[in-house]
Amino acid sequence: MSDLVKILNVFCLLSLLAVGGGSAVLPQMEHETVTLHHWVTGDQFATIYSLGQMAPGPNMSMVALIGWQAAGAAGLIIALVAFYLPSSFLTYGCSYIWDHFKENPWRASVQQGMAPITIGLMLAGVHAVGKTACINPNHSLHFNTITCITALAVTGILFAKHINPALLMLLGGIAGWFLLRGH
Amino acid sequence: MPPAASKQPGVPEIFRVFAKIGITSFGGGLVAYLRDALVTDQKWMDEEEFLAALEIGQTLPGLNSVNVAIIAGRKLAGPRGAIAAAAGLILPGVLLLLVLGILYDRFRHNPNVAAALAGVAAAAVGLLLQVTLKIGAKQFLNLRDLCFVLGTFYLVAFHHVSLPVVLFLIAPIAIILCRPRSAKPNP
Repeated sequence: MSDLVKILNVFCLLSLLAVGGGSAVLPQMEHETVTLHHWVTGDQFATIYSLGQMAPGPNMSMVALIGWQAAGAAGLIIALVAFYLPSSFLTYGCSYIWDHFKENPWRASVQQGMAPITIGLMLAGVHAVGKTACINPNHSLHFNTITCITALAVTGILFAKHINPALLMLLGGIAGWFLLRGH
Repeated sequence: MPPAASKQPGVPEIFRVFAKIGITSFGGGLVAYLRDALVTDQKWMDEEEFLAALEIGQTLPGLNSVNVAIIAGRKLAGPRGAIAAAAGLILPGVLLLLVLGILYDRFRHNPNVAAALAGVAAAAVGLLLQVTLKIGAKQFLNLRDLCFVLGTFYLVAFHHVSLPVVLFLIAPIAIILCRPRSAKPNP
């Protein structure tokens, strides 16, 4: 029971702090769900994140799987509702009064000032997932080399070619299956 | 304005259109899917309305795609439209994720599955890195912005400075540095 309340608290807070899209809350989500509450391990968090990137729909629906790991079906529903409802309420309400703010010069300042913060948070998100998915001290050097090459190859390919990321992640899975077995 | 208002879609129709995006949008990029469906296919919004909705969605907390769905759904059919739009966008992916999650739980100790999932997870890191570098290209090239990018990264990744601290202490400094210039030039 108290776990459900904690899930509600954690994801409501993340919902209202999710500025600049969802990825900016990744480091905080990782810290809360792995380090503080032990709902998932670091490995599970990285895997759940990657499943969320592969599945259709908003990528942050991964919170459903964290809630599920933490407290079963009730955890899944509470995590989803807590993560999507508060920000949606806010958007619903603000879309009525938006026109009053539209011309306010501070709006551009907020956007301009927030942009580098969001990027910094997203980089921290890369670190939060990458520290178990790519550079993991519990795995062999062979494992870490392959995962780093896979990640950087995906980054490079996406810059060079317009290709569906889900396809690249499947290719990453095939590469992992061939190269990472037994490591 | 096209005479779109003549046939307002019902709530089930709204759910159907958003669920189609929720089912087909593998690999992300939902905003582009939303634009195609809402502006090009259904003509429920014109380009300008869509961009206005996206601007609100990007400024407020929450996922851009879900926020745009809320605004579009509200415009089409009030609160029930907003719920139908967001639910349609989110639920199909959640169902698939649940299936993936159950499979993951069952097979994660299988060495073949574990190896493949490790590859997928590594690829997902590469994807996030690319998205970050792409949308941050402008910030990486501006010295002041770069300081905030690296400062935020360093504090959050290595000192676990929490998100509220970042948003309520560091962000205001960045915003004040970008404060609106007064209209009259200083002598």
